[in-house]
Order: sequence, then C-alpha cells, then structure tokens
Amino acid sequence: MKPPRFRYCSPRILDEALVLLDQYGEEIKILAGGQSFVPLLNMRLAAPAYIVDINHISELHYFETEPDYLAIGAIARQRQVERSVLVQEKHPLLVEVIKHIGHMQIRNRGTVVGSIAHADPAAELPALLTCLDGEVLAQSMHGERVIKAKDFFAGYLSTTLEAGELLTEVRFPWLARQAGWSFIEFARRAGDYALVGAMAVLTPALDDTCMSANIAYFGVAGSPIRARAVEQVLIGTQLDAHTLDAAAGAARDVVGEDMQDVHATVEYRRELASELTRRVLKQAWARREQLEGAQ
Amino acid sequence: MATRWFGAPVQRLEDPRLLRGRGNYVDDIDLPEMLHAAVLRSTQARARIVSIDASAAWSLPGVHLVLTAQDLGEVLEPSPLLVPHAALTQPRTQLPLARDTVRYVGEAVALVVADDRYIAEDALDLIDVEYESFPVVHSLEVASITDGPLVHDDVPGNVAAHLAQTVGDPDSVFASAPHVLHETLLIDRGAAMPMECRGIVARWDAQDSMLTCWISTQGPLPIRNGLAAIFHLPEHKVRVVAPDVGGGFGTKIMMFYPEEVLIPFVAMQLGRPVKWIEDRREHFISANQERSQLHEVEYAFDDAGILLAVRDTFLHDTGAYAPYGIIVPIITACTLPGPYRLRHYSSEFTVLYTNKVPVSPYRGAGRPQAVFVMERIMDRIASELHLDRLEVRARNFISPGEFPWDVGLVYQDGGPTKYDSGDYLAGLDKLKVLLDYDTFPALQAQARSEGRYLGIGVGAYVEGTGIGPYEGALVRVESDGRVFVSTGVTTQGQAHITTFAQIVADQLGIAPDDVMVSTGDTQAFNWGVGTYASRAATVAGSAIHIAAVKVREKAKMVAADLFEAAPEDIELADGKVFVRDAPHRALTLGQVAISSNPLRYAYGENARTLMSMKLAGPRPGPALPEERGGPGLEASGFYSPPHGSFASGIHGAIIEVDPVTCNVTFVKYAAVHDCGRVINPMVVEGQVHGGVAQGIGGAFFERLVYDEEGQIINASFMDYLLPTAAEVPSLLVDHVETPSPLNPLGVKGAGEAGVIPVPALFASAIDNALAPFGIRIREMPLHPSRLYELLRDAKDKPAL
Ligand SMILES: Cc1cc2nc3c(=O)[nH]c(=O)nc-3n(C[C@H](O)[C@H](O)[C@H](O)COP(=O)(O)OP(=O)(O)OC[C@H]3O[C@@H](n4cnc5c(N)ncnc54)[C@H](O)[C@@H]3O)c2cc1C
Repeated sequence: MKPPRFRYCSPRILDEALVLLDQYGEEIKILAGGQSFVPLLNMRLAAPAYIVDINHISELHYFETEPDYLAIGAIARQRQVERSVLVQEKHPLLVEVIKHIGHMQIRNRGTVVGSIAHADPAAELPALLTCLDGEVLAQSMHGERVIKAKDFFAGYLSTTLEAGELLTEVRFPWLARQAGWSFIEFARRAGDYALVGAMAVLTPALDDTCMSANIAYFGVAGSPIRARAVEQVLIGTQLDAHTLDAAAGAARDVVGEDMQDVHATVEYRRELASELTRRVLKQAWARREQLEGAQ
Repeated sequence: MATRWFGAPVQRLEDPRLLRGRGNYVDDIDLPEMLHAAVLRSTQARARIVSIDASAAWSLPGVHLVLTAQDLGEVLEPSPLLVPHAALTQPRTQLPLARDTVRYVGEAVALVVADDRYIAEDALDLIDVEYESFPVVHSLEVASITDGPLVHDDVPGNVAAHLAQTVGDPDSVFASAPHVLHETLLIDRGAAMPMECRGIVARWDAQDSMLTCWISTQGPLPIRNGLAAIFHLPEHKVRVVAPDVGGGFGTKIMMFYPEEVLIPFVAMQLGRPVKWIEDRREHFISANQERSQLHEVEYAFDDAGILLAVRDTFLHDTGAYAPYGIIVPIITACTLPGPYRLRHYSSEFTVLYTNKVPVSPYRGAGRPQAVFVMERIMDRIASELHLDRLEVRARNFISPGEFPWDVGLVYQDGGPTKYDSGDYLAGLDKLKVLLDYDTFPALQAQARSEGRYLGIGVGAYVEGTGIGPYEGALVRVESDGRVFVSTGVTTQGQAHITTFAQIVADQLGIAPDDVMVSTGDTQAFNWGVGTYASRAATVAGSAIHIAAVKVREKAKMVAADLFEAAPEDIELADGKVFVRDAPHRALTLGQVAISSNPLRYAYGENARTLMSMKLAGPRPGPALPEERGGPGLEASGFYSPPHGSFASGIHGAIIEVDPVTCNVTFVKYAAVHDCGRVINPMVVEGQVHGGVAQGIGGAFFERLVYDEEGQIINASFMDYLLPTAAEVPSLLVDHVETPSPLNPLGVKGAGEAGVIPVPALFASAIDNALAPFGIRIREMPLHPSRLYELLRDAKDKPAL
C-alpha cells in the first residue's frame, strides 16, 4: 500500500495553483485534507503524475457569512466549521451534518470543500448541498463559474468540474427562520459512511401547513438525491399520519436498483429510506417555528 | 507459599513503555543496508499459472531480486504439517511460492526485493502473470458437490479429513426419547485482524554464519528449529526474536507462512538485511482465517428439559490448505458438550478444502461454533417446554461433585477431554445478579408497551486451556538483586511480563518491578513451543514457578552458609534474605547472588558492602560445592501438564432491537468467568473485555464476504467492520475460582474465553427480543440487512 511515484507541488498562492492546474490538466490531482485521496493513492486506485497540495494557500482558509449563504473556502477544515460558535448558532443543520462525518481525527484534516469535490454518494455534505440547493465556486486560469448543486454532482465520485478548475468555495444557504430540520443517518458503526441517510428542511406557511420541503438522501444512488416526489406529498399538509405514510412509501423509490453491497440489499435500503423519511419528517416538523397567527 | 502478589491487581509493567510509544515492533527495526520486499499475490482463486514474465520488474532501477518458485531450489518444499492426525488422510500444505497452480486469491506467486517498499510495489505492477482460471470452490456447498470442482486435483471430493467419535449410545437414546429435534446451523468466516499485521526482518551475518530473524509471531522457537533445518544451519546459529507483537489471536501461531521462509532466504542470498511488512490489504488475503462450519444437529431431551443425546454432523472449511491439521474441528467436537451432563453424543465431521485463505485457529478456535450449536439447543429446549432458559441450563449442568468429568472424547492434544474442576451453577447465580435477571421480564414488558424490543440472552461454555506438551523458563538473580526471567513463550498484549513477574516475586520476596521478563527470544531461552490455546500462564507460568522455587531454595542454601544457619531458617522478603526472627542479619538478594558466584573479583555497591560484612568464610573444599549445582542463583524449570485444564464461564446480555432498521444495541453485558486461581484480576478482566469485543465483532460486525470468484469483496477496514469503543458496551465481570488440580498454581487459561459465547448469546438475545415474531436465529454472524430478511421471513410464516 505505497503510492506510485508522483511530483509534489505546494503553492502558497491561488494563482500559482491555477497555473499548475492549467499546465498539467488531467495529469494533476488536488490534495486537500487527504482523507479520501491519500487512501486512493496508497491503494494505487489513483496514480497522478503531479499532486498540487493546496493546504498552504492561506487565502482559501476561511468561512464567511454572506446574506444568503455561508461561504466556506477550500481549506477550511470540517472540524473548524463544526466548532465555530457562529456556525453553530446560524447553521445548526450544517454542524449536525458535519458531526456525522467519520471521526474527530478525520474532521481535523478533512475539508468541507474536499468532501464536496470528492462527491461520494454516501457522504453527508454533498447531500446537504443538494438538499439546500447550494452552490459551489470553481476557479481556473480562464475565469470562474458558480455551479448549482444539482448541476454539480454527476454520478459516483464524479462532478462537472473540469480539468484546470479548482473548487475554491462552497455555499450553504441559510434556512428560513421558521423552518424545522432533521438529519438522520443509519450507519453500521459510529463514524461510518451511512448505509442510508436522510435530511429534511420543512418550512411552514402562515396557516401552519407545509409550505416548502427540501428532502435529500445519501447512500441511495450514484449521487445524493433530492426527492421532489416526497416533497410534493407534503406541500399543503400538516404531516398527518396518512401523509407520513405516503411520503415514506414514495421514499422507497429513491433507492437505485443497483444499490446492493456487502452491507445492505436494495430491499433493505428501501426499508431504511422509508423509515428514515418518517423519522426526519416527524422531527423536522416538530422543530418548525409556528408563525404568528397559526394555531 | 507467600502469596502477596499472586491475586493482586498489579498494574501492567509493560504499559509505560508501550503507551509512550517506546515499543519495539518488527517495523521499528531498521538495520543499515536494509532492503525491502513485497509479495506478488494471486489474483485468481483457482488457476494454472501459464507463464510469469518478470523481465520488466528486473530492469526497474532499485530492484535487487525477483523470485519465483523456480528460483527457490530445495527451499521449494511444502510447509510442514504441524499437527498430523490419522483422520487427516489428505493433508496439503502450501509452497513458499506457487509453482504451477494457485488455490486462493492471495497465494504468494513472486517476491521482489528493492531499495524501498515503493519501488518493490512498482515492480510488482510490472510482473506479468498469465493465468488459466477454473471454476472456483467458493463455499462448503460447492466443495461438497459430487464431481464438482476440486481444490487439489488429487483430493477426491475435496475431503481432507473425516472423523467420527461416539460417546455412550446415542442411537438407542434417540429411538426412545420423548422429544427429538433437528436443525441446521451455520457459522461463516471471520478473521482475527490484529492491529499489527505480520512482519519480518531477516539478517544474515556471513562473518558469524548467523541468521537472525525478527518475526511478528507467536512461536519463535518452532520457527527457529524449522529455519535451521531448511537452511542447514546449527540451531544455535539461528536466532528468532518475536519483539513486541501487536496482537496475534492465533493468526501468528501459524508456521511457516511463505514469507517466513522467503525473507531469510533472500537475506542470505543478497547478504543484506531484508524487511517485509504485511499491509492490511495483504493481511486480508494471506493471513489465516477461521470459523466457517455447517452443522446438522439432532438432539433428544425429556419432559424435564434434560438433554439426553446429541448427534452432530458438520462440515468444516479449511481453506486451500490444512497447515494446522484438523485441530479446529476437533476442538469444536470436544467443546460442544460444554458444561452439560451429556452422556450420549456422537460427533462426525468432514473437513473440506475450498479456494479460500487457509484456516488455522483464531481466538476461540472452533469453540464459538460449538457453543453456538449447544446453546441454541438449550434455548430451544426451553422454548419447546416453556421453561426458563437458565433453569434448563441449571438442570443439565455437571455438578461440582462430579469432577473430574470425562467427556469421553480425545482432545486436540491427544489426551482426554477431562474437566478438572468447575462450579457452573455458582457462575450462573452470579450472572443472574449481574443482569438483574429476575426483574428483566418486567423491564421487557414495559419496553414492549412502548414499541421497543428488549431481549436477554445467555451463553455458557467450557474451554479446554493450558495444553501441553510443555514450556520452560530460566530464572536468574542478577548482582543488583533484580531477577531475569526468560521463557520460550511469546506475548502479544496479554500482560505476561506482569503476571510472570508476580509469580516470581512471591517466591523470591521481591516486588514485580524487580523482575525482568524476556519472552520470545530463542537466544534467551532455548526450549518451548509458543503462546496459543490459552496456555502461557498455565504452562509457562507453572514452569516459571517451578524455577523460582528452585532459586529460592538455592538462595536459602547460600545464605545459610554465610550466616552459619540452617537453610530452613532462612527467609526471603522485601528484597532481603535473612535468618528468621533475626532480621538484622540480612543480605540483599543481590548480595546472595554475588556470593553464590565464587569469582575472584566482584563489582559494584552490593559487592563492596558484602566485603565489609562479617560473614562466614568459604567452607573448605571446592569453591562451588556439589549440592549447589552450579554458580549463581539460577535455575530452569519445566512444566508439562498431564492434560488440558478446563476453564468455564457464562455470559449474558440485554440488547435492544430496532424492529424496522434491525439494528441491535447492547443495553447491558455481563460475564462470569472461571479460570481457576486468578493471578491478576485486572489482567483477566482485560482479557475478557478484549475477547467480548472481538466476539461482538464476530457476531454482528465482522464478516468476510467471498464472491463466487473467491474474491473477498470487503477486504478493507472500510467494509470489514471491527467494532469500536462506541459499539462495545461497558462490561460487568465477575469471577468464580475453582482451582485446577493439574498445576502447581491452580490456574487455567483465560486468553480466549471472552470471545467464545458471544455469538451464542447474541442469537439467544435476538430470539428473545423478537419472540413476538417467532424468530429463530440459525446463523452467525448477522448484520442488520440479514436480520431484516430473517425478520421479514418470520413475519410471513406462522409462529414456531
Ligand atoms: C476513516 C475515515 C472515515 C470517514 N468517514 C466519512 C464519513 O462518514 N462521511 C464522509 O463524508 N466522509 C468520510 N470520510 C472522508 C472525509 O470526509 C474526507 O475528508 C472528505 O471526503 C474529503 O476531504 P479532504 O479534504 O480530505 O479531501 P482529499 O482527500 O484531499 O481530496 C478528495 C478528492 O477531492 C479532490 N479535491 C479536494 N479539494 C479539492 C478542491 N478544492 N477542488 C477540486 N478538487 C478537490 C481531490 O483531488 C480528491 O480527488 C472518512 C475518511 C476516513 C479516512
């Protein structure tokens, strides 16, 4: 389990990294926290000729509140975001999600952006970005572009990022004040990738019916899944038992036909997706803030 | 015998060093000029090697050697069969490098030696092996197909061995028994997964004609003897050291693993030290595994729940080779009767070759399977007769007055399966207290009314431990009063350094800190076998005790001469040797050691004080009187048990099952354990804790999944799930002490105990939790997705 030979570059400024990426195209890989990439390298599942280590580019080390979203720079560690009092207060769902990633030691090194770039379909953060309709910022020698989550994840461990592009920032939208949220994953052990995970953000209307629902799953297909069909079931309801049954039933369909592995059959994953749906919906709805005038 | 230290919870003497990172594991050994090896492993489970082209690997800069089978000369011999048995009619063991056939994914095909491991692995990628693949024997089912694929062309039906044993007259009991049931029970593969994988450093010193190997092994002495024979060296010119070993659990008692021959071979050939460290990926496909058995069991019982007879027929998967003979299935057969008064029992097993990693004992060694079968029987009797599960066990227990109890079978060591002592009911009573057994039904009913499913499960076992043939030790007092102890067994984390020191400390009147224990260095002690079968404390511990008693007697003799007193009036305590009732007439143990060695000069503080004391001069005659038997306070001791001693225990747990996700969590876990006299309760509890954790792994998390091509599809810690501290509950442990009459210390083994009953009690607890659905667990290990299927099927079927 030793990697093949590669050349290592460690730029201090972003432009230098972008030049390297431009120059070496498909032959270069980015090293962030290394928590996913280094194992791949050691198992010789990745064998790039060049590695650009972005850990020393201090201008990418930030997280900032913007009016519509929390912006997180490419080398902010998962653990830093998790421990930030500001984020705990303003984006508790993000903190809850991060807590479920691996173990403390992993989160000390692993970056939020690295997890998004890696696009593991069983990972928590890509699902959250999908759930919230977040976006990412990609930069290259030739400019920058903002990509919506739904246009970014492109199947198992792949994204629409192009050769020469660096993901410099990820943007997690804020939740509406009255929204209730819930995140539950079913993993075999504490810290494992989930067999199935689900999250829900439910926003009540003035009449305390569900006005909007954002529901996403991970571990169910090649990419994180936003479940519009489940969401539709909820709109305009008060999440009574009948609605929950319908939503739980609809959730079975999010599990792909090929989601069979050593840990779970498709049928079992469907059962999990259905049950987690029930649980996140109940919890999210219970956490909503009832608006003035609602009974 | 003074017993100040024996029985005390002395803190582990090895820990300060290990916890500070000062351990010295094989991979910590770096020698000047050292090269690094990597092994090319078969990617096919059953194939003919058509050709191997290593030319590209040879020409990679930094590569020193590429070896294939044809380069091995006379070293290309199958590994020795470790424990032959008449029933093993088709023994097959592995070559260091496959010659023309590979029989499992992971089998060694070629070896590269290079400047570093990186280059060595680059070179592996350049070796081109052409295989012609054949249908794979990937399961016991395929192995038993008539005219099906064969692992070894010359082994018909893949049958390595067949053994039938009968006690009493089961056939006639079955003919007239009030109740007879039949069930199929399955246990699948798992592996020990020590934290430290295997590893070897070998150095050939041409000047001295000396081969030194540091190996992460449980048995350096047998390896030393074997290497001497293979390389035609005198035994004293081969030194094998097991330095700190990061866990073995049986996997490392296997010999010879191919690398154990190959690495010394290349070190000798190249004249430079060579290191090979197994990585985890290799460990999954090349370190021995265990557990897979399929039992067809029939059992008869009466209306009172008394088990009358058992007929068990099982298939045992030995993998592609049988290096360890049929030890594991023999242990299964002998363990099955457990703590119960079973007078009519027939056991018949067939050992089958499969295209999988070879099998040798892994902690528990055939016992978890046996206990699973027997405890499933006990639970079933209880449910059939609507009796309490513990009550059924109690009615069947052998009672304390019935020892020694002869099960009637030949044990793995060739001796009788004869229980030396035990008090199973005492253990059961303690377990009830720890679990609050009698209040559980109320707790369970309460939980069910809230839609939660709690279950309680138990598992009882008897474990043969402390088998022969023998172990030995040397005990020597040094001039500074500290005591050096060396023994041929090794230590892999079981705290032998501490428990052995406790044994010596009591005899010599010193503190355990003053005892320096050396294990696993063939140059420090020349005789012995190794650490396995829960035998180190029992067998080596007894040898150490015997040697320490001899040293004590000699110290008394020497001191008696110096004090002009009678030896029986000499006492040893607090590091001093003195005349009873006259403690002012005292020497330190070190001073007595110096006096016992009649040199012309002695050095150090102890010697100077000695000179200034008014002691009796030497007696006339030879400086070393005959009766002292040699200079120094030194003695060897050997101990060879008449047969194994039988430890026992009973564990219980309360679990909660989520009836939708089928996840299981432990609410409470209690273990009552009897390993005879306890040398150090903290150490025994540690062994139980570790064993239970490993048992929980083997019951619900760890599972080796082979596909139909014989590939392990979860060969990494991402998918082979070792339980972590978060999954293992905190444990309640209590002891019963029924001393063993077989050894001078009264001890029995404790190393494997923890793991043995876990699958049984886990099944028991799940059945109990999900009783409303009428579920019956018949396989291990489980995992939530599988439990989901079993529950779904149970719901679809009318209740049992
Ligand atoms: C034991 C263990 C348990 C884990 N458990 C979980 C878990 O439960 N859930 C989970 O989500 N993750 C888990 N992880 C993975 C962890 O979260 C990783 O940290 C994360 O997936 C990747 O972040 P990283 O900073 O380490 O990226 P790296 O490993 O450095 O990179 C990952 C990939 O993304 C690319 N990349 C990184 N940054 C950029 C960028 N700025 N622009 C473009 N490409 C980029 C890299 O080239 C590489 O292909 C676990 C890891 C381990 C070792």
